[in-house]
Amino acid sequence: MLRIDHALVKAMVAHARADHPDEACGVIAGPADTGTPVRHIPMLNAERSTTFYRFDSIEQLKVWREMDDADEIPVVIYHSHTATEAYPSRTDVKFAGEPDAHYVLVSTRHPQVAEIRSFRIVDGQITEEPVEPTGDARLTATQHRGDADAVQSYKFGHSPDALIYDCQ
Amino acid sequence: MSVQVRIPTILRQHTGGQKTVEGTGTTLDELFQDLDGRHNGLRARVVTDEGALHRFVNVYVNDEDVRFTGGLKTPVGDGDSVTILPAVAGG
Repeated sequence: MLRIDHALVKAMVAHARADHPDEACGVIAGPADTGTPVRHIPMLNAERSTTFYRFDSIEQLKVWREMDDADEIPVVIYHSHTATEAYPSRTDVKFAGEPDAHYVLVSTRHPQVAEIRSFRIVDGQITEEPVEPTGDARLTATQHRGDADAVQSYKFGHSPDALIYDCQ
Repeated sequence: MSVQVRIPTILRQHTGGQKTVEGTGTTLDELFQDLDGRHNGLRARVVTDEGALHRFVNVYVNDEDVRFTGGLKTPVGDGDSVTILPAVAGG
């Protein structure tokens, strides 16, 4: 189960939309003792690719050091798929190097509906987990009224009908 | 001569769970050979059978990515700090 504040979901989706059609990637850091995602860190996709992502190695070191110094861990590692579903690709599994992270996939293939799914990837095994957004989705939507992304809907989980809520 | 090496979570199975280990050598190559004597399997996670760095493992000496400083030939010495991080990448 990934419990995550709706504002952080919105920030990940906004990043993914901004970089579309290239893949966007980033981290949400949180305290090591609670494992709660708190601090959104959008990362550069050093590959600038529509089908691949890689953190810039120097930026990654800097961010990992900051987390270490603040007793934080990379709670969420996210990236977008811009033409396919929000499910880990073979390359995602091959390179998954953080066994304790929630790997979040955001699909931007639909212009108005973002799909958000979360996985554990350990020793080549993918395990999907539910995503439970916390906080007030309506408040977040209101704060951003007037943005292009005010018409963004969010679809969590893997069922095609699992539209949990919608903030138009 | 002692070099401090920071080990990422995914490789701590080779270091008995230790986050930091120490080794010796005048180059990264020598350092990883030295470490492998005490931390069996660690070197193979970083260095390929052909003797090059794995593409998706980042190694830094004092915050410099060694891909830009000579790879495994990068000199190391007393007091240097080496960090290993799995690249975060995918498709």
